[in-house]
Amino acid sequence: MRSDPSDYELVAPGSLHAAVCLLAAEPGAWLPIAGGTDVMVQYAAGKLTARKLLSIWNLPELRQIDILPDEIRIGAGCTYTDLREHEFVRRDLPLLASAAQWTGGIANQNRGTIGGNIVNASPAADSLPALLVYDAELVLISARGERRLPYFGFHTGYKRTQLLPDELIRSVCLPRRFSTYVSYARKVGARNAQAISKVCIAALGLLSSDAADTPRIEDVRIALGSVAPIPLRLIETEKTIQGKIIDRGLLTLAKQIADREIRPIDDIRSTARYRAAVAGNLIVEFLERLRATGEQAREPGAIA
Amino acid sequence: MANDRIIGKPVPRKEGREKVTGQAQYVDDMVLPNMLHGATVRSQVPRGKIKKITFGPGIAWDEFVIVSAKDIPGANCIALIVDDQPCLASEFVNHPEEPILLLAHPDRHVLPKAVAAVSIEYEALPAIFTIDESEQRSEIIWGSDNTFKTYLVEKGNVDLVWDQAAFIVDGEYCTGAQEQLYIENNGMIAAFDPAHGITVWGSLQCPYYVHKALMKLCDLSEGKVRVVQMETGGAFGGKEEYPSMIAGHAALLAMKSGRPVKIIYDRMEDMVATTKRHPSRTRHRTALDKDGKILGGEIDFTIDGGAYATLSSVVLSRGTIHAGGPYYWPSIRIRAKAVATNAPPHGAFRGFGAPQSLFAMERHMDRIAQTIGVSPVEIRRRNFLKTGQTTTTDQTVHEPIDLDTLLDRALELSDYAAKRKRFVAQNETGTQKKGMGVATFLHGAGFTGSGERYLSSLVAVEGCAEGTVRVLVSSTEFGQGTKTVLSQIVAETLGLRYEDVAVAQPDTVEVPNSGPTVASRTVMVVGKIVQSAAQGIKQTLQAAGLLGDSYSPEEFRTACRNYVATHGAFRSLARYEAPAGVFWDDAKYRGEAYAAFAWAVYIAEVSVDLTTYGVTVDEFVALQEVGKVLHPILAEGQITGGVAQAIGMTLYEKVIWQNGRMQNGQLTNYIMPTSADLPPIRVFFEELGNVHGAFGAKGIGELPMDGPAPAIVNAAVDALGIPFDSIPLLAEDVFEALTAQASPPGEPQLTGGRR
Amino acid sequence: MTQSPGKKNDGKCELSLEVNGEPKMVRVYPMERLLDVLRHEFNLTGTKEGCGEGECGSCSVLMDGALVNSCLVPVLQAEGAAILTIEGLAAHEPSCRMQQAFLECGGAQCGICTPGMILAAVHLLDKRAQPTLEDIREGLSGNLCRCTGYMQIFEAVLEAARRGPSA
Repeated sequence: MRSDPSDYELVAPGSLHAAVCLLAAEPGAWLPIAGGTDVMVQYAAGKLTARKLLSIWNLPELRQIDILPDEIRIGAGCTYTDLREHEFVRRDLPLLASAAQWTGGIANQNRGTIGGNIVNASPAADSLPALLVYDAELVLISARGERRLPYFGFHTGYKRTQLLPDELIRSVCLPRRFSTYVSYARKVGARNAQAISKVCIAALGLLSSDAADTPRIEDVRIALGSVAPIPLRLIETEKTIQGKIIDRGLLTLAKQIADREIRPIDDIRSTARYRAAVAGNLIVEFLERLRATGEQAREPGAIA
Repeated sequence: MANDRIIGKPVPRKEGREKVTGQAQYVDDMVLPNMLHGATVRSQVPRGKIKKITFGPGIAWDEFVIVSAKDIPGANCIALIVDDQPCLASEFVNHPEEPILLLAHPDRHVLPKAVAAVSIEYEALPAIFTIDESEQRSEIIWGSDNTFKTYLVEKGNVDLVWDQAAFIVDGEYCTGAQEQLYIENNGMIAAFDPAHGITVWGSLQCPYYVHKALMKLCDLSEGKVRVVQMETGGAFGGKEEYPSMIAGHAALLAMKSGRPVKIIYDRMEDMVATTKRHPSRTRHRTALDKDGKILGGEIDFTIDGGAYATLSSVVLSRGTIHAGGPYYWPSIRIRAKAVATNAPPHGAFRGFGAPQSLFAMERHMDRIAQTIGVSPVEIRRRNFLKTGQTTTTDQTVHEPIDLDTLLDRALELSDYAAKRKRFVAQNETGTQKKGMGVATFLHGAGFTGSGERYLSSLVAVEGCAEGTVRVLVSSTEFGQGTKTVLSQIVAETLGLRYEDVAVAQPDTVEVPNSGPTVASRTVMVVGKIVQSAAQGIKQTLQAAGLLGDSYSPEEFRTACRNYVATHGAFRSLARYEAPAGVFWDDAKYRGEAYAAFAWAVYIAEVSVDLTTYGVTVDEFVALQEVGKVLHPILAEGQITGGVAQAIGMTLYEKVIWQNGRMQNGQLTNYIMPTSADLPPIRVFFEELGNVHGAFGAKGIGELPMDGPAPAIVNAAVDALGIPFDSIPLLAEDVFEALTAQASPPGEPQLTGGRR
Repeated sequence: MTQSPGKKNDGKCELSLEVNGEPKMVRVYPMERLLDVLRHEFNLTGTKEGCGEGECGSCSVLMDGALVNSCLVPVLQAEGAAILTIEGLAAHEPSCRMQQAFLECGGAQCGICTPGMILAAVHLLDKRAQPTLEDIREGLSGNLCRCTGYMQIFEAVLEAARRGPSA
């Protein structure tokens, strides 16, 4: 343990209101800490630069999951276990439920939060590609009030977000309109559990329901982690394959376009070439599944 | 009494209850009054001359105890074999993380800042990091030629075979460093007072290694150094020699401050600064006749020892002797060397050189098979050692080992033939390629050659006041079952209840030197001496007329109680006796290398996923002949644990080096298998007995480390049809190898967009 | 107890929590790790530090019934919580079965991962009284064992489940 606890202040105001008031009083001075699965690792390594921390762990206002007719609103303080165990998340947002299952082991799932995952902004974060393909929106809260914005674009660069110094994420809002889509998610890490991803993918697909012709891609959404400084939605790839029939040529084309969109690097975990190749393979695997489940596209929650 | 009353039974682990209730005391659980915490200031350069040391601002330095090489009362070295490794660097540093200064303070939290505040200026010297660079000798970093040790083994006349050969097969095989990764980091507490000298308590395998090192470092006589082993949370060789270093550090701080000092490493320090498995490079050139029988060959075996000699000569020795595998070599030349690089010294890790050379041998057998056009199974059958034949060091195999039948059994257990047939068909389509791989091997137990004679191990068994019996050995428990099995041996020998036997916690003030707890020798070698000592207890009681020729456990207890009441607690000592007919020539490196070999056939079934390029072991069969299984649960646990570590070594664990320093010194980036990663590991034993081992036992602790790597890689080769000759074999390596084959036309290579 | 920033003190705060069924009060820095408070303030040394990064699980405890890595919990966040460590397991139903099964099946070798492993296994049985092998592999995937290769740990957990009331 390479830090001295006496060098740090940690306060737990006990309510969301008190927390945002403190952030407003001294913007940028307090680092919010939820479940601690990122912050405490940096702390133990002697690498935590912040000296004043604000605990938002277990605030009831942040740890709710609200089911509305058109959307599911997940409090930013919900843990991965909360997500895994929630019936509606499992049913309507299977990509998020599976990402939660792949994040760390049980002990870390009991503490890590969806809000923490977003704000920590690691491009390798497991749940962020799912949020991208689900068109998630974030509700941010401060003493000045709330604002709601699309999650797409929230990450402005490596480990940088649109969150202002006096803000917290209050909730993550996910529309409930993807239950007829084919879902596909896969994480590729160094081992089967407790691994930071080398590449991960979340994808949704819908084939046209025209009985006469071969099905075409009606809507497709693909997002990857660990292939760019931010979690990446493959907009160009999606646009290129939209409306087309899934055949061999399309698989090749999809890989080529995706290869131009992603910007993987060599790092301590893997290589750029490997990541690029696997990303391409995962996209192909998704599209093949989509083609194969063409007839079952209407079955809710089909997950790869 | 029948010999299977306690031997062969799954008696409860002696210290098991303490472990499952959290009461077992490891070194960090102990606190002494007035204790300080210690930390180490280490080199940040791989090689250089220390120019200046500055103690930076912002630290209350007067609150700290500071120790440098100047404070060393005795010799500034960690005594082991060559004594070239300093305890603290004084003028030169030869590897990153080399210890230079020691600090101690009552508050452990202030130490990291203090360590960071010491700045050291170096005049950098050119450093070398690979076996190739070391061999080139453009930079000499150790001795006159960067070479710690060489061995030459010659049998028959190898130079004559090449002309007769129908086939000559070459291969080069490499293995990387591996971190032992005991879950309990290294730790030590030291206390000093002028009257009694130094006492250390710690996580360690070899109390008398530490004892010897402290005597020399602190300039203290034998009776003024006391070493106590605490419950040790895993070791695997990683706590064979390194504890002498951390004990030395704690002792120096204790001597200077007059207060007890505790040093506990955190995970990163332990990973980057302490020993790892020696990386290796093995080159084979083999001559075979038209049937694939070995005529002879040359093996060039080289290991990277890091910056100081430490145990490299002994690791090299074992690797050399095992390099020929379980095969008959009419002639052979093995040239072996251990070379220096500017990395933290590499050290003991389960297998100790044999996993490295056996990986090469078993991969090479598959290469030979492919070259000649026979199956990997058949090539082995044609070359297995048979009873009456001699090994590469001219040791005659006396026992009735039948490797052919052992192989048959393993093939049957793994359903090898049927699965291979199915896989060949399955592999035509789909994204999962499956393969099977075989490894056949041996492992010699006990110290090599004259080593056991040199150790001259001594044990004691004591009769106690309660009528129970206590075993006094320096052999340590660190999970492998020392206390349990030695208790079984004594209980069985004396006809006692298992509960009536205890094993004393190793404390050099009390236990004799039964040698280090290494080399898979504890049950086989030490156990046999303990058996003799136990007989001595019985003889004493019988001679005193207190015990008849046959008796019940209660009668024994009564006799013992009575004897102690009259004479006081009594001990029976026994010393190692070299078995007759076991001769080793150190100069020619020839003769009986080991009193006994265990034999094994391991079979791996793997899948390679062409989407992720990852190799997964789906099922593993581990069949071994081990003399006698003294405790079925412990024996099985040794095999599954060793196989798991070897799977880690093969597919998951890679040390990422940069300028001699490990870059991935955290568990998040140094990947060992979790419970979600390992296949079912199916363990089977055969028992041929062993006249040289207690109750017929052979050593088994290290055997399971030797086979999995080549079995798994052979299986991956079987699955994909391309060669892999180096471990670890990561998904990225499989990807690069597959890509190096011509890509299908029309599919441009993917490289990812702009960085 | 909440701590208002700017209050003049040495930085320590008084916290109350429940440990192994007993109410405890402690005066510590809020950023002390729960692991260190358990080991040093309460002398409950059964919980171990293997990595300090939440990877090995040796520091696992139950916090309000949930398995957590105590090396990653600042003690302030444990205020008011009920903590269960290896020492407190005797009172917690599946635990004795689990400890006994570990003893009989060879689930503990060197013992350093054992407290955390048993906590994780008990937590698993709390949620699923008859886990499958897959459930066990997943449930224990955050607890590293270097000695056993996990096989005998799986057997121990299956055996403990077999001996349970709902078997």
